[in-house]
Amino acid sequence: MRRVCVVSGGITKFAKANLNTQEAMVKDAVDYAMNDLDGRLDLKDIQSTICTYFSDHFNAQLLFDSLTQDYLAMCPRPSMRIEGGGATGGLGIRAGYMDVASGLSDVCLVYGFEKMSEVNTAKGNEFIALASDTDFDYPVGGFYSGYYATMAMRHMHEFGTTPEQLAKIAVKNYENAFHNRWAQKHERWTIEQVLNAPMISTPLTRPMVCVMSDGAACLILCTEEWAKKLRPNGDYAVITGVGCGTDTMRLGDRPRGDVIPLPGEDPKKYEYLKGRWPGVHSFRGAREAARQAYKMAGIKDPLREIDFAEVHDAYASSELQTYEDLGFCLYGEGGKWVDEGGPYVGGQLPVNPSGGLIACGHPVGATGIMQGVFTLWQLQEAMDKHCTDRGLGSEGWRIQVKGAKRGLCHSHAGTGTYITVNIFERP
Amino acid sequence: MTHVYGVKPLQVGRHYEIDYIHSYGEVSDFFLGLKEKKLLATRCTKCGATWLPPRRDCGKCGAKTEWFEAPQEGKVHTFSILHFSAEAFLHEVPFVLAYVELPGIDTVFLTRIKGCNPEDVYIGMPVRAHFRRLVDWTPNDVWFEPM
Repeated sequence: MRRVCVVSGGITKFAKANLNTQEAMVKDAVDYAMNDLDGRLDLKDIQSTICTYFSDHFNAQLLFDSLTQDYLAMCPRPSMRIEGGGATGGLGIRAGYMDVASGLSDVCLVYGFEKMSEVNTAKGNEFIALASDTDFDYPVGGFYSGYYATMAMRHMHEFGTTPEQLAKIAVKNYENAFHNRWAQKHERWTIEQVLNAPMISTPLTRPMVCVMSDGAACLILCTEEWAKKLRPNGDYAVITGVGCGTDTMRLGDRPRGDVIPLPGEDPKKYEYLKGRWPGVHSFRGAREAARQAYKMAGIKDPLREIDFAEVHDAYASSELQTYEDLGFCLYGEGGKWVDEGGPYVGGQLPVNPSGGLIACGHPVGATGIMQGVFTLWQLQEAMDKHCTDRGLGSEGWRIQVKGAKRGLCHSHAGTGTYITVNIFERP
Repeated sequence: MTHVYGVKPLQVGRHYEIDYIHSYGEVSDFFLGLKEKKLLATRCTKCGATWLPPRRDCGKCGAKTEWFEAPQEGKVHTFSILHFSAEAFLHEVPFVLAYVELPGIDTVFLTRIKGCNPEDVYIGMPVRAHFRRLVDWTPNDVWFEPM
């Protein structure tokens, strides 16, 4: 396989409603990425594209990928739509990686979008809930916040995790997003305010849950030869690890067995969870995706060998669960790790320095790619350049992880049904 | 008549509606069983794994399964009180969504807890299945209540 590099990225400002068409949103993101290459890449040099969006229901338009491909003037080049629920974007990066690594394409544009504002929030939640088993799960009360809340309740029961710890994660992500001009939310919250906000589904209050969003994002992937041409100063990233895991559609069907160890881990370390994992409190797919990506990137001590992570925090609770799956702390110690300051900017391993989904928004098909864009900008030490907006009070340098050499992006679907982990590094 | 929501850009209402004729296929007996006040599960003929909801083919080893009647008393594995939901269920909030553990069943079963104050539900609470007389052929034909 050839080495695959990431040379540029672009996004639109995520918003409750972006009244441009989906194809124009995508074009805006692509224009941003192209402009950031200062004219060194011509549209005609893009050899293939990957298009990612989640729901045909939101669009009431099938084959939307043809509309965007056409609008971007990419016809008749090869393209493929990728869809995998919330992990749509992360899977898109994986598909782009495969395109370039295999030799099918030297320069691949991976772009994604979602426009969720054309239906009301409750209807949008209904569409999203159709991504759960519609025979057995959806009719009982299909609502993803409800499914995740049951996981959080069990995590609290098993490990003593507290609502305060969940609130801290939300507060952290809003605080980070305050310095990211692309974020949908520029709000500051206190732990008390988060805990006292309207309850969505116990224990998750409104600010612990991501919101409906409109937006697009793109990444340009290419061979190392192209990367050196497009970024002569070496200011690009290399994808050194890719992983993808899956799990049963129905959360209740997950086994209660033994933890999958990460590379170099002694399975004995998880003796205390024997016969209880993953249950409904952990994500086997995330653990498996991490295992593959770490193995490929040669990571044996994630906490020390990864400098920051953009993870899929559709819920504050799922961010906490994911710390454990990714091996940032032991299973059951996610809450303690938050209390110790681990995931904060300046902490052991900053998680969601961009503000994550909770604060940036979650236009599903764009989300995983957005995480890739922020991961690239972190590695380019370009958060200040791209994310500052004095009018908003956003100072991008405050969320820059200084000297970052290796970042992780984690994309996640369903109740943990599809998960990708992609590792980006400075060359 | 087309409803106009905005002019620049022009935003108009669009309507789309469809009725499906859906087959429950090989798990139909589960829904037919609910009408007889039975919780029908399946057991793998090779590895013995038990499934509720049922599967014709084992989700662990792929072998064929056989039907058996699951117990109707168990305990709450986890739950949440929903104060918001998808549009289809918005008129029902608040309600309790729960996973229930049943003896001899390897999976946990998604259901609603009724018959008590939502605030009184706890993990480990003993519960028993209740069935609708007038079924609507969905998993809502069964729910659980405290014993």
